[in-house]
Amino acid sequence: MTLSKPPKTPGLVARLARARPTKPGEIYGVPGQGNTFWLSVASVATMLFVWWLVTTLGWVKPLFVPAPQAVLAKFVQIWNEGFTNTSFLEHTLTSTLRVFGAFVLACLIGLPLGLAMGMSPTIRGIFDPPIEFYRPIPPLAYLPLMIIWFGIDETSKVLLIFLSMFAPIVLGARSGVKSAAIEQIHAAYSFGATRWQVMRYVILPSAMPEILTAMRVGIGFGWTTLVAAEMVAATKGLGYMVLSASQFLQTSVVIMGIFVIAAIAITFDLVMRFLERRLVPWKGRM
Amino acid sequence: MSLNIDHVSVVYPAADGRAPVAALSEINLAIAEGEFVVALGASGCGKSTLLNLIAGFLSPSSGTLTLDDRPVIGPGADRAVVFQKHALLPWLNVIDNVAFGLQIQGVPKQERYRTANEYIGLLGLDGFQSSPVYKLSGGMQQRVGIARALTCDPKILLMDEPLGALDALTREKAQELILKIWGQTGKSVFFITHSVEEALFMGTKLIVMSPRPGRITHVFDLPFSRQFQGGAPARQVKASPEFIALREKVLNIIFADEEAVE
Repeated sequence: MTLSKPPKTPGLVARLARARPTKPGEIYGVPGQGNTFWLSVASVATMLFVWWLVTTLGWVKPLFVPAPQAVLAKFVQIWNEGFTNTSFLEHTLTSTLRVFGAFVLACLIGLPLGLAMGMSPTIRGIFDPPIEFYRPIPPLAYLPLMIIWFGIDETSKVLLIFLSMFAPIVLGARSGVKSAAIEQIHAAYSFGATRWQVMRYVILPSAMPEILTAMRVGIGFGWTTLVAAEMVAATKGLGYMVLSASQFLQTSVVIMGIFVIAAIAITFDLVMRFLERRLVPWKGRM
Repeated sequence: MSLNIDHVSVVYPAADGRAPVAALSEINLAIAEGEFVVALGASGCGKSTLLNLIAGFLSPSSGTLTLDDRPVIGPGADRAVVFQKHALLPWLNVIDNVAFGLQIQGVPKQERYRTANEYIGLLGLDGFQSSPVYKLSGGMQQRVGIARALTCDPKILLMDEPLGALDALTREKAQELILKIWGQTGKSVFFITHSVEEALFMGTKLIVMSPRPGRITHVFDLPFSRQFQGGAPARQVKASPEFIALREKVLNIIFADEEAVE
């Protein structure tokens, strides 16, 4: 045998297709590992810069995309003077109350129902079909029914938001019941625990991570549905503000409203993540 | 304390078009006060089924189980179980895990902490009372599990491969610790293992089980754990000619079963 060719260096494609060797402290081949903080900062900065650039250079008309400084100015103006004779804080408070009112209601009813569905085949058999039936329907589709049945005041708005988060919260709590290991349950029973004690001391605590995740998902659906709910004869609220501004082509108010809704939703999500770290530090570790 | 298993069989009903499976067939076994009974056998021989029967998680298809002449009809605090893993409650710290059984029984906090602390000391976990259990090593987690089982003062300890997930060195230390505690508390123990050496070293009685159907094929009385308790070092016990001879004998039985399966 003869050594005819020197070993070929792999081509660019081959090198890209392979996992990179790791630095000390990392594990080879873990999908998507690495710190993304500075990249995210750069990404946001670039988007803001492009936004500023295309508006300042006049490439896009303010009617379509107003400049960032115009949106900011609008925010200050509405903060000081209000919008359609209602102060900015009242718009915000109205929407927040609608979403969180519906959220509290959905948790109070949905969490016990979900846990009961996880525990009892009878309750699961009864409630699974209606929940699975309405869950994939977009809230906008049953909005007319809400209006016909419950009128155009607060009830139908809160109910619409409630329904949008009810299903994910029920399903989260229901699947959380399965988190307890059978050994944990057997251990409790072997100490003479009753079914209720097993529920209280084993199943409920072990379902906490899934319950918290379900609450996060649920509130997300709530904010998504807010604007739909405030299409119904509303005179206040962030969704109403965005909708009526769009009718007068006040694009800067629309964009500002979007940012305010996003800011509230993100703040709440951060609070939930903080709670998660405090309440279930053991999540995924045992 | 006396546990009597009399002509017990367990048949799992037919499923997916397969014939019914006889998990256990005609088991007779008596466990007396202070005995350390070890069950050993190829996988599928019904060791865990037998433990679940004694624990009350499973009822027999035929035959009777009695504990102190009362039939076993469900789980109860007179039979404590130590699992291989996943049985601690990660939202509780060490002392609350150890005191969990007493909490279930409605013992006031101060009293159950006092009892828990005794067993925490016995298992060498002092100073870790408020540590979260998910931060402990596997060996320490198992010690928490054993302490928890002991706090309710059960008549018999049921141990389902409690050391199976530990590394070799930790495992040998844990074996000695369990024997020490067995000697101090005088509890009866039913212990499942896959390791022949562990079975011979720890038990006063060894039952060897075979699969299809699950049954007890051999019973040996063992002197080795008494030798260790009499002061002989563990390594010396395990290196003695009698120990090695019996180990080879038992290994031959088990390998014959495994080959019969294949």
